[in-house]
Amino acid sequence: MSLTHEIKFTLNGSPVSLTIPLTMSVLTMLRDLLNLTGTKYGCGEGECGACTILIDGVSVNACLKFAVDCDGRTLTTVEGLVADSRNDPLRTAFAEKGGVQCGFCTPGMVMQARHILDNYPRANESQIKRGIEGNLCRCTGYKKIIETIASVGELDNKG
Amino acid sequence: MAAIIEKESLIGKAIPKMDAPGKVSGHTRYIHDLNLPGQLIGRILRTDRVHARIISIDTKEAEALPGVHAVITAKDVPNKPLGVTKDNPPLKGDKVRCERDEIAAVAAETEALAQQALSLIKVEYEELPTLFDPRQALLENAPVIQESKPDNISMEFDYSHGDVEQGEAESDVVIEDLFKLHYVTHCCMGVSGVIADFDSTSGNLTLYSNTQVPFLHKREFASVLNMDPNRIRIIQPPIGGGFGSKLDIYPFEPIAVFLAQKTRRPVKLTFSREEEFLASPTRQPAYLRLRSGVTKEGVLTFRTLDSLLDNGAYTSWGATIPFVMMQTFSSLYRVPHCLYHTTTVYTNNPYAGSFRGYGNLQATFCVEAHMDKLAEAVGIDPLQFRLKNAQQAGETSGQGMHFKSCGFKECLTTAAARSDFGKKREQNLTAQRDDNAVKKGIGMASMLHVGGGAKIYPSDGCGTILKMDDFGHVTLMTGASEIGQGSETVLSQLVCEELGLPLSAVTVVNNDTDITPWDVGVHASRTTFIAGNSAIGAARLAREKILNAAAGTTAMPADQLSLRGGCIVIDESGEAVITLDKLLRSLHFQERAELVTTSFYYEPPSVHQDKAFKGDVSASYAWATQVVEIEVDTLTGVVTLNRCTAAHDVGRVLNKLGIEGQVEGGIVMGQGYALTEDLLIDEGHCQNPNFRDYKLITAPEIPEIDLSFIETMDGEGPQGAKGIGEAPAICMAAAIANALYNATGVRIYEAPFSPEKVYRALKGCSQPLEW
Repeated sequence: MSLTHEIKFTLNGSPVSLTIPLTMSVLTMLRDLLNLTGTKYGCGEGECGACTILIDGVSVNACLKFAVDCDGRTLTTVEGLVADSRNDPLRTAFAEKGGVQCGFCTPGMVMQARHILDNYPRANESQIKRGIEGNLCRCTGYKKIIETIASVGELDNKG
Repeated sequence: MAAIIEKESLIGKAIPKMDAPGKVSGHTRYIHDLNLPGQLIGRILRTDRVHARIISIDTKEAEALPGVHAVITAKDVPNKPLGVTKDNPPLKGDKVRCERDEIAAVAAETEALAQQALSLIKVEYEELPTLFDPRQALLENAPVIQESKPDNISMEFDYSHGDVEQGEAESDVVIEDLFKLHYVTHCCMGVSGVIADFDSTSGNLTLYSNTQVPFLHKREFASVLNMDPNRIRIIQPPIGGGFGSKLDIYPFEPIAVFLAQKTRRPVKLTFSREEEFLASPTRQPAYLRLRSGVTKEGVLTFRTLDSLLDNGAYTSWGATIPFVMMQTFSSLYRVPHCLYHTTTVYTNNPYAGSFRGYGNLQATFCVEAHMDKLAEAVGIDPLQFRLKNAQQAGETSGQGMHFKSCGFKECLTTAAARSDFGKKREQNLTAQRDDNAVKKGIGMASMLHVGGGAKIYPSDGCGTILKMDDFGHVTLMTGASEIGQGSETVLSQLVCEELGLPLSAVTVVNNDTDITPWDVGVHASRTTFIAGNSAIGAARLAREKILNAAAGTTAMPADQLSLRGGCIVIDESGEAVITLDKLLRSLHFQERAELVTTSFYYEPPSVHQDKAFKGDVSASYAWATQVVEIEVDTLTGVVTLNRCTAAHDVGRVLNKLGIEGQVEGGIVMGQGYALTEDLLIDEGHCQNPNFRDYKLITAPEIPEIDLSFIETMDGEGPQGAKGIGEAPAICMAAAIANALYNATGVRIYEAPFSPEKVYRALKGCSQPLEW
C-alpha cells in the first residue's frame, strides 16, 4: 500500500478535502480523482504545457507538481477560469481569432495566457512569445495564438 | 410591407471554428477524457531488442497479480497481420524486428497495476543479425527482415516519360547530386488511444478511435479480428491532431480489442508520450540521387531520379510515398524527359507512415535545389528560370496531369514581389564577401500537390445526409472527419450558402460510422473539395425541394424564389415571402417536401492513372511558392528564420481564418522539418523520445508570415476552392536550403540544417553523403 496524505485546498473557488497517495501528481488528481479533464496530459514531464494550471495565481505544469503540495493552496483549472465571466474576453478571443485547431493544447494555452496577462496586462508580442514558449502547439504555428493574447491585452487596456 | 433581406454570403469571411468554444473551455472530451463503466486499462509490452527470435514468453507472474484481468501474447489471438502489405502481426510471436514491436499486453484495473504486470513478464530472446543502414539492405548477405521478402525490398516504383538519353544529349548543362532526408514524427499533442467495448447482448463492437479513416478502418478491423464488419461501429471522439499519423491501422488497436474480448469488459489503451515517439509512425527517411539537365537558353531537358527509402521493419503508408514524389519530379515544371525509380527496403528501424505532404517535402527539397543550381549554371535569374519552365493552366504534364486551373506563375511573381526577392538576393550575394559573421539569405521554392481529392483508393468519394427540422435547423451528416483542420465549419458554410442560413442553424454529425455516410478518410488535402462538393449537392437538393414547396404555397414560380436569412424571398427584390420554419411546419409529412436529402460526390468524371502512372491523380491541383529570409551565424552555424512570404493557389478562400491557420501551421511545421526536428535512431533505438530532446518549434522562433491567396476559381471545386491541408509544409526545407546558399555560397544536401551540419558545411568538412 502506498502512503497517503489528507490535503485541503481551494479548487476553482470551492473547498476540497482529499486523501491522496504521496506520489500522485496534480494532473492525475485533477483528471482521475476529480474528473476535471480540461487539463490535458501531453508529455508528463513538463515539456509541452498542455497541463498548465494556476496555483496561487502562478502558472504551473500540473504533471510536475505533487498533489500533496496543494495543501492550503488555491488552484484554478481551465474549468474554473471559464466559469468566471471576467475571463470571457480571453475565452471569446481564443475561439474567434483562430487560436484553436485540434484544441488539445488550448486549455493549457488559455491558462498560460491568463498568467501572462496577469503579469503583463499590456504584454507585447515578444513577452507573449516568451510567455508561451513552454506551451507546444502542433497545429497553428502559434501566430494566431499570439495575436489572440495580444488582442485581449489591448482590450484590457481599453477597459 | 414585407421585409427586404439582402443577399449575404459566408464565403471568404473569417469564420471562427464551430468546435472552438468547447475546446477553449476544456469541455471537449478527447479519447483520453472518456471512461466507460467497468473499463479496464490496457498496456503493451514492447521489446527492448531490434532483431531477435522469441524463445519464450513467461506471463505466469503477471497473470497472478491481483487486479490483472488478462495477459495476452501472440498465441492467444487470431493475430492476422495488418498494414499496407499485411506484414505486421499485432502481437509478435516468432520474432521481433524493431524497437516498437509488441510482445504481450495486459488489461488491469489501474494503469499502475497494468504497468507492474508488464514488468513481471519475462521474455527470452535469441539475438539475430541486424540491419540498420538501408544502403546495405540489398547486399547479398544482408540479414532478412521479413521472411516473405528475402530480397528485403518492400516496394519499388518506376515511372518514365520521354527519353532521358535524348534529353541529356540536348542539354548544355547536366548536374547530379545526392540528397539525404531524415526521420521526423507527427508529435500530435493528443497521444494515440483507443477504447474497445463489446455489447454483451448483441456481441457488437464499438471502437472509440482517433482514426482518420473510419470506414477503411472498419473494414480492416473486420479482417484482422475475423469479425463481420456489420458488427463494428467506430466512433471518433474529437482528435488531438492527425497530420496523417492516423491513416493506418496499428497493432495497439486490435490489441485493445483482443483484451476487451478476453475480459468481456471495455478496455482503454492510451500511449505515454515516450510510447508515442517510439511506436507511432515517422516521415520516410530517404536517399535521393537527382540528375537534371538544361539548355543554355534555360529550358529544362530531363530529370533522372533514383531513390532509396528506409521502410523500417513493417510496411505502412510511408512505403507508398514515391507515388506522390514522382508528380513533383515529372510535373511541377515542364520536363520533356523523365526517368524515376525508387526502392523501399526493409531494415530494423522504425517504420514510416503517412505524414502531411506525403513524400513531397523530400521531392521538393531536391527539385528546388536543382532549379537554383541550374539557373545559376546558365546565368539566369532563379525567378525567371522558374517562370520559364513553370507549368501553366491548360497544359498537360509529361505524366498526363491536366492543369485546368493553375496559378503557379502568379504564385511565383506574387511571392517574389512581396518579399522583394530579386533585390535582396543580389544584396545578400554582395554581402557574402564582407566581414560580418552573420549572413542574410533569401530563398524560394515552389510546390505542386493534389488539390481536388486523390485517386489512391478505388473510390475517392464522400456521402452526405442533410436533414432539416421544422424550425429550419439543419443536421449535416457527413463522412468527412474533423481532425482540427476545420472541416465541419467549412462544410457548414457551404451548406449555409445554399440554404441562406446562419452558421448557428447547422449541427454537424461527422464521427460515427453507424450514422454517417461513407467517406474514404481525411487525407490528401481532400476534405474541403470532396466532402464540400458532397455537402453542396445535398444542400442544393434541399433548396430545390423547399423552393418548389414554397412555389406551391405562394403561387410564385420556384425559379424566382430564393433562400436568405431563414426566409423564402423573391430573388430579385429580396422581399420575404414566408419564413423557412413556417413553410417547413406547414409541410409536415407531405411527399413534396420530405426534408431529408442525400448526396455523394465522387471524383472523378476523369479516369484513374494507368499502370504506368500516366494520367490524373486529382480533379484539381494546388500550387504555391514560398520565399524565406534567414540569418546564418557563420561562427555557430545557427540558422534563424526571420520571414516567410507565401503565395498559394487555393482556388478560392472559403474561410479566411481557417485557411490562414492551415498555412501558418504548415509553414511552422516545415520550419521544424528543415531546422530542428530530428528523430535520432541509433542502431534501431530512438535516442530522443521526448520533447526535451526532440525539438519542436516554439513560439519565439516563428517567422513573420506574409500570406497571399491566389484565387483561380477552380471549375470543379466547391465554390471554386481547392485543398490546402498539406501544401504549406512542403516548400520550407527546400526554400531554406536555397536561402542558406544565397547567404553563404554553401549548399547543404542533408536535412535538418542543424548548427553542427551548417557549421561543418561552412568549414568545408561536411560528412560526405554516399550511396
